[in-house]
Amino acid sequence: MSRFNPHVTGIQPDLNTLLSRYAENMMWLARYMERIENLARVLEVTEAFVRGADGRPVWESIVQINSDEERFRALYPSATEDNYLQFYITDCANPSSIKAMAHSVRENARSARPLISTEMWMQLNVFTRWMLDLTASDIRRTGLSTLCNRIKQECQSHAGVTEGTLYRDQAWLFYLLGRHLERSDQITRLIDTRYHTLLPDAAEVGSEIDMTQWASVLRSAAAYHAFRRLKPVTTTPANVVGFLLKNEGFPRSLALNLRHADSVLGTLSSHYNLRRQSSAVQERLAELRAMLEDQTAEEIIIRGLHECMHWIQEQIETCQNELAAAYWPQPDLAPAQAMSQGQ
Amino acid sequence: MALDASPIHEAGIFSTYDVSPFYCELMNRGGALPEALRKVQERLAHLTLTDLRERTTDAENLLWRLGITFTVYTEREAIDRILPFDMIPRLLTAEEWAFVEKGVQQRVKAINLFLWDIYHDRHILNDGIVPSDLVLNNANYCKAMIGVDVPGGVYVHINGTDLIRDRSGRFLVLEDNARTPSGVSYVIENRHMMLRLLPDLASGIAVRSVEDYGIRLHRALCDVAPEGVVDPQVVLLSPGMYNSAYFEHVFLAREMGVPLVEGRDLVVENHHVYMRTVAGLRPVHSIYRRIDDAFLDPQAFNPESLLGVPGLVDAYCRGNVTLANALGTGVADDKAIYAYMPRIIRYYLNEDPILDSVDTHICAEPEGLAHTLDNLANLVVKPVGDSGGYGLIIGPHATPDELKAFRDKLIENPSNYISQPVIDLSVVPTLCPAGVEARHVDLRPFAVTGKSTWVLPGGLSRVALRKGSLVVNSSQGGGSKDTWVMSA
Repeated sequence: MSRFNPHVTGIQPDLNTLLSRYAENMMWLARYMERIENLARVLEVTEAFVRGADGRPVWESIVQINSDEERFRALYPSATEDNYLQFYITDCANPSSIKAMAHSVRENARSARPLISTEMWMQLNVFTRWMLDLTASDIRRTGLSTLCNRIKQECQSHAGVTEGTLYRDQAWLFYLLGRHLERSDQITRLIDTRYHTLLPDAAEVGSEIDMTQWASVLRSAAAYHAFRRLKPVTTTPANVVGFLLKNEGFPRSLALNLRHADSVLGTLSSHYNLRRQSSAVQERLAELRAMLEDQTAEEIIIRGLHECMHWIQEQIETCQNELAAAYWPQPDLAPAQAMSQGQ
Repeated sequence: MALDASPIHEAGIFSTYDVSPFYCELMNRGGALPEALRKVQERLAHLTLTDLRERTTDAENLLWRLGITFTVYTEREAIDRILPFDMIPRLLTAEEWAFVEKGVQQRVKAINLFLWDIYHDRHILNDGIVPSDLVLNNANYCKAMIGVDVPGGVYVHINGTDLIRDRSGRFLVLEDNARTPSGVSYVIENRHMMLRLLPDLASGIAVRSVEDYGIRLHRALCDVAPEGVVDPQVVLLSPGMYNSAYFEHVFLAREMGVPLVEGRDLVVENHHVYMRTVAGLRPVHSIYRRIDDAFLDPQAFNPESLLGVPGLVDAYCRGNVTLANALGTGVADDKAIYAYMPRIIRYYLNEDPILDSVDTHICAEPEGLAHTLDNLANLVVKPVGDSGGYGLIIGPHATPDELKAFRDKLIENPSNYISQPVIDLSVVPTLCPAGVEARHVDLRPFAVTGKSTWVLPGGLSRVALRKGSLVVNSSQGGGSKDTWVMSA
């Protein structure tokens, strides 16, 4: 009979035991929560502040931010307000709707439930259930603004509970990576689409413009008051774009999120000895940051804002793919069995 | 509210309680209530029905928010349910518990010796104590385990013994659960629920703690890791989040502080098991698996299984990883083997069983079948091998048509059944739609075995919520209660 194992000290935990699956869950949990918060904010700001010449909200701008033109046209015959709201709030056929993203959040949270704090799980459990039960009549009854505010607040509660209770190990680092990559991606999408709607002619980049429209761009990124505090002498499109891309103090700016993502990878490399897995993404982030530092906002706009934003989005997607390949490589499965979560 | 201060005794929850003919563990123990229980009973008596209902609603809301649910799958959808929680605790005295604990330990010891024997020398079969046929042709007898030396001789690391009490209050073993018994998470969560929602009830009363289950379980799984491994890596292997018991898997993984893995997180290379981590493959030494034998390894058993890990059984049989529970333990908790348990205990331990069994007739045997057919209307007849309370018939509760249909099934395949007399299960006061009424309960203590066997004080008290029902299974309308073992 083989004997009992006598070699248990139980005091030497292995640092590197985070399952690949959990890393993936944590990253996507953060990304989807960011997306939900952003979408709720953009919906609310659009209703209130993004008005066309006819005085109506320009819902189409949200379709552009999310590159959803094709999918929206395929699902809805007409571009009515009800259709836009249904498409973005309750339609599960649209993977970027509140409901579809709530489902993704729930699945990732359930999968990572052994790892996340009970308080995180409790809040997500109630919040995602509520979102999954939303109907068109809920939107009508409560009003879009109230609904979006509740969603934003729940997302912020999530962020607070997570900050306050999630154990700081690799799971937390992958959560942060997801948050910073998502914020980086979202800010470039917002700038890209809104800039061209408001200012199709790049020659006017230095001219003073109607602040009400630009304020809505800032509000869509929760940046309005932060921007005011800089007290810019003139409010130019370049000032606004520069703030959102390059400001080092604003929590949703591209520069700040790239810096934080880089620092998270640095911790994975040094503290957890995961240099090999992190190096490709670290190099890519260094390149992105250098590009951003080397140019003024005016230069970026004149050289081609759309091209630049598009290039950054591609780089971020490549980062995501490189992280997946390094940290949760798919075993040799048939493609149908490979479980991955696309954009 | 301080329970002691409430003056309205007459309006309390027991004012309309019908002291039924059964053994009521709180209200009718056939004599004076033990001193340790009296104080709890008095405090409860001060509660009003409204109070109790409000607190029950609070408890159920909290269970929802916490996601302490199990999933029931119908053909069309998956429905999350909470296990109905009754706030009147089920009480056991220190003496009662000492007796149950010893009885469970004895039984687990005998089961492990029996399993070792039937997978090695088969003395008990050769000596004619248990029929060879019943063991070797049992669907749960695992040929891959023949000659495999499991660490410490432990096959059943986690055991659940289902106990009932009869009209005299005597404890009887109803069945053993030696495969992957579930429900322990409710024991601990129910306690938390009580402490949150009726904090005054236990105040100043010494009740045995249930907090250290996870620590004990982890220690046992380390004890049985392959020899020579320093600080073994333990994991809990779950079928995943769509499994109805996923909450419990999450709970146990968290309590042990180990990863909850699915089959796809594990890989076998060179006959050793590894988990896929962000740093690459890391070795795994002990696996608390909550996947049935048949789905554990598509190479060894069910080739269709996507839940399992190819090569796991081979790695296990080579002694490179430990599975808890071992493979092939289902033969020990089979309802047909149950009838032989008193003899099995005497054979290996040379002592009388501490816990009595229910008098059982094996329909595979001619006398057993004849007795069962002659007394069908008075017996409980249960399918062997199966679990979950499905496919059994309770004679006195069945209609003549049901009895007739069952008789045909029984004659067609007698070896699939055993029969037992109907036991009048003990009752406990339980909150029901019309007030507090007597409902039948059972008790499932959980025993964890590594170097020694430790029994979690108390266990899962399941209560049949339908009036008169003897079926306590959660899938069939059962609820649960917190079980208090008094310290003195």
